[in-house]
Amino acid sequence: MNESAPMTVGTQRPHLQPRDPAANRASLTEKISVRDVRFYYGDFLALKGISMPIYDKKVTALIGPSGCGKSTLLRIFNRMYDLYPKQRADGEILFEGKNLLDPKQDLNLLRARVGMVFQKPTPFPMSIYDNIAFGIRLYERVPKSELDDRVETALKRGALWDEVKDKLNQSGLGLSGGQQQRLCIARSIAVRPDVLLLDEPTSALDPIATAKVEELIYQLKSDYTICIVTHNMQQAARVADFTAFMYLGELIEFGETSQVFTKPKQPKTEDYITGRFG
Amino acid sequence: MQNFDMGRYHRRRRLSSLLMIGSWCAAVAGLAILGLILFTLFWRGVGGLNLAVFTESTPPPGAAGGLLNAIFGSVMMTVLGTALGTPLGILAGTWMAEYGRNSRLATTIRFINDILLSAPSIVIGLFVYEVMVVTMGHFSAWAGGCALALLVLPVVVRTTEDMLLLVPDGLREAASALGSPRWMVISKVCYRAAKAGMITGVLLAVARVTGETAPLLFTALNNQFMSTDMNAPMANLPVVIFQFALSPYPEWQQLAWTAALLITVTVLILNIVARALSSTRLKKD
Repeated sequence: MNESAPMTVGTQRPHLQPRDPAANRASLTEKISVRDVRFYYGDFLALKGISMPIYDKKVTALIGPSGCGKSTLLRIFNRMYDLYPKQRADGEILFEGKNLLDPKQDLNLLRARVGMVFQKPTPFPMSIYDNIAFGIRLYERVPKSELDDRVETALKRGALWDEVKDKLNQSGLGLSGGQQQRLCIARSIAVRPDVLLLDEPTSALDPIATAKVEELIYQLKSDYTICIVTHNMQQAARVADFTAFMYLGELIEFGETSQVFTKPKQPKTEDYITGRFG
Repeated sequence: MQNFDMGRYHRRRRLSSLLMIGSWCAAVAGLAILGLILFTLFWRGVGGLNLAVFTESTPPPGAAGGLLNAIFGSVMMTVLGTALGTPLGILAGTWMAEYGRNSRLATTIRFINDILLSAPSIVIGLFVYEVMVVTMGHFSAWAGGCALALLVLPVVVRTTEDMLLLVPDGLREAASALGSPRWMVISKVCYRAAKAGMITGVLLAVARVTGETAPLLFTALNNQFMSTDMNAPMANLPVVIFQFALSPYPEWQQLAWTAALLITVTVLILNIVARALSSTRLKKD
């Protein structure tokens, strides 16, 4: 980090570089294809037939007013809703060619490949080391030295290593909110998922911690497909390659972030982005 | 300055101080009674404390002796009761908090468990007497331990369920989101988050059964001699107190005081440890 520059500017610098839309389009493959997905909370229809792509190794932002269904959509990608009875989805979500809504889909294996970070930081009540090792130990039998390496790598990728390397045995609950959230991101990437779902990951954080997390997202996209739900439109504009605007359970507009924010095709999108409602 | 109704204000002040004095008196009365009990126990009990209490068995009338057989019996049966009641209670509480939640079965179990929680311990004693003592044909330490287990069980079920319900769902979602199966989420994350509260519950349950007399009177009865046979009647502190305190022999009465002191100190220590554990949990949250 540049010592002389203020931290926020220093950490945000990569976002300020102009994106190249042509390069964006050059190598697009669909990692996840959402096809006419409906979602029900009991009898309430929360998603009314959503179809959209999630592109490989790109950041896709879901924006829209509260209750529009963006978190609901995100929680379908790792079948999180399955924890709760009375919630169900129909339609098709293709993940590497297979419909992940298939009842035969093994949920634990799916979730190991589609990681998720929540709005509220959720460190487990155990040491920082064990927080990271928890997910690794679930599916892999690695010797202690390799586990140490994996934990270190994950914490480095989570931009947390320098702050915690001397206190790996202390409780994860003792970290600050921003550190806890980066711990959760590190924990998710430690299991080496393909897709990372972020559900308003910075809404509980202060601006500096937010900047660090955004910087992290920017770094991670070279290796992961990322889908982020956010209430903060500047954040969507900063971190996302593609943006989907949702309203009342419907997908109003999907497109490249620069296009959605500067030349929205739908009047509703424009109204929302310019702050006329929402 | 607005025209306040000062009379109204002063009336309220007077009522407040009156009630304050009332609460002070009630608190002091409660503490004084507790202090008096503890003081009397120490006053009468400490005199009888000597090595013999821990090395000799209960004496025949008129002779000197100790409480070794009763202490041993109490420890054995409390351990047996806890060993039976705790795992069962934790499993039941886990099912109710993690799997059953709002199902009809869980609601029913919760209701029945609450009844068991407040059931008079003499009823538990009579129940085990019917089921075990009558069928086996004799009193035994096994029956005593089972009666205590029935008292431990509802406390552990209740605290386990309550403590697990306090664990935020976000933690369960986070663990599931890493791809961990349900049983791992519960055993590795939820139990860890609820650990202090669950241990507190077990300690309080143990504290509760340590002093129980009625269930043991009908099941383990008593034994004048040192016995390690779980299949035979076994001495225990509460029943010894009951028997010796009502006897006309001064040596027995002294031993009863000493036994009462031992039980009270044990329960006190258990409660203090439980309290310390639950307060560390609060601090961490």
